[in-house]
Amino acid sequence: MLSTTANKEAVENFSEQLEVKGRSLWDDARRRFFNNRAALTSLVILGFITLFVFAGPMLSQFAFDEVDWGAMHAAPSVASGHFFGTDSLGRDLFVRTAMGGRISLMVGVMGALVAVLIGTLYGATAGFVGGRTDRVMMRTLEILYSFPFMFFVILLVTFFGRNILLIFIAIGAVSWLDMARIVRGQTLSIKGKEFVEAATVYGVSKWAMITRHIVPNVLGIVAVYATLLVPQMILFESFLSFLGLGVQEPMTSWGSLLNEGAQTMEIALWQLIVPAVFMVTTLFCFNFIGDGLRDALDPKDR
Amino acid sequence: MLRFIAKRVLEAIPTLFILITVSFFLMRFAPGNPFSAEIAMTPEVMANIEAKYGFDKPVHEQYFSYLGGLLQGDLGPSFKYKDFTVNELVAQAFPVSLKIGLLAFIVAVTFGVTFGTIAALRQNTWLDYTIMTGAMAGVVIPSFVLAPLLVLIFAIGLDWLPAGGWHNGATPYVVLPVIGMSLYYIASISRIMRGSMIEVLNANFIRTAKSKGLSTPYIIVRHALRPAILPVLSYLGPALVGIITGSVVIETIFGLPGIGQLFVNGALNRDYSMVLGLTILVGALTITFNAIVDILYAVVDPKIRYA
Repeated sequence: MLSTTANKEAVENFSEQLEVKGRSLWDDARRRFFNNRAALTSLVILGFITLFVFAGPMLSQFAFDEVDWGAMHAAPSVASGHFFGTDSLGRDLFVRTAMGGRISLMVGVMGALVAVLIGTLYGATAGFVGGRTDRVMMRTLEILYSFPFMFFVILLVTFFGRNILLIFIAIGAVSWLDMARIVRGQTLSIKGKEFVEAATVYGVSKWAMITRHIVPNVLGIVAVYATLLVPQMILFESFLSFLGLGVQEPMTSWGSLLNEGAQTMEIALWQLIVPAVFMVTTLFCFNFIGDGLRDALDPKDR
Repeated sequence: MLRFIAKRVLEAIPTLFILITVSFFLMRFAPGNPFSAEIAMTPEVMANIEAKYGFDKPVHEQYFSYLGGLLQGDLGPSFKYKDFTVNELVAQAFPVSLKIGLLAFIVAVTFGVTFGTIAALRQNTWLDYTIMTGAMAGVVIPSFVLAPLLVLIFAIGLDWLPAGGWHNGATPYVVLPVIGMSLYYIASISRIMRGSMIEVLNANFIRTAKSKGLSTPYIIVRHALRPAILPVLSYLGPALVGIITGSVVIETIFGLPGIGQLFVNGALNRDYSMVLGLTILVGALTITFNAIVDILYAVVDPKIRYA
């Protein structure tokens, strides 16, 4: 067997034919996610809800703050144009549900985004630096954990007044604790993995190590918890609205619609049911998508 | 073991101290005070009132006198309810929240653990799907939608139970609040329980137990339950505090005079001594229960050994 040039070429040609198109971690995850029927359905429904929330008001002849004393507590009907009925001031519930949805979805995403940003940075720093820094940071976290959540909310509302967006940035800023813990744990376990060792042996720079090996592996978990944080934020907004600390009239959110609806449910049940259906469906969807993402991204559950 | 318990308790003290300090100063620097909202007062009257509550002294002096009172278990006077101390108000409200909370806690743990275990045993059958859909619904439906619906159905529609009120905790008045309060926790616990139970059921020692020919109920109770309940345990510590200190929503809807109401009213009235006192109370409870959960963990989980 002489390794002639011709031989070599033949072998190389053969090996090129053998080569299978590689699948990255993300390709794998995407395939698994799209095979999950519950998650996929949720994604589609969520798409429709988003579409409704933004395009809905254009389909109606009424404005969201248009008071009509002649049509108070009107039941849902297609003929009158009030598809979902009206509220106690005769305002069209179809448009108000859409407008409320904008606020609810927006604060949900905003709050989750802020929480994820702070939590990931904090957790990754603690996990990556380790040692004393890690201990101090985790101890701080523990102290923050022992504060009643209500205390923060009350303080924030007194400091920021009732600017809903500011409140949500602030609430996001205090709900990052779980995120930080999760990311730290993940970073720690990745730091000890063989492939990081291998990369170190290979002489990969610290920067490349973080961007190429640590971050992509943490991102999965981050994505999952970000998805699960959104419904929490939406619920939180509705809780604030229930306390009367939410958005200001005539602007509305699903939470404040629910709150109003709960007060009039004996005479006008649809005022509770319509926003409840929208909000609960949305929360369901986010939870299913979150679960789907977790199944897709968590190699342990395969 | 004793050393671990002592260490865990000692660790809790500085945490509590920082909690008190931080919340004290945050409250002092919050804008407005309970008196500024009232009818315009002459500066002299205002100064008198401020002197009565010690606001004329420097902040650090106020802090130390508050700390001194706290050591004797005194949370100070309420700023809003002029003739009451925070202690008296809390003493009135706490039993209400405690009764509802403990009952809801027992209900939640019993049903949550049972449902979670059943779902895990019948994994991927219609029973599992039904339980898990129910659990998901329990997590996402806000309590202020659920509670009015409960009232609408059981109080107004069927007229089985009263719609609200406390009446010194007479049984019919307690049922609906406890249900309204526990549903969320039943849902959360059964989700956690199902996950960990499935993991445990796949473990080798369960296979061994099965091959020994032990019956399923025996395996569950004797072998699987203890390891499977660990994740639930760590969830229960903070959850118990949340349940006992009362849900504002449930208390508002059912008209119960509990802790949650005090908290919110205190905040809306800018009754800062009330908010501060409750924050410290809840914080102290949280720290205590977290320590208890850690210690329980060590008792239940033989894998954890402490130096």
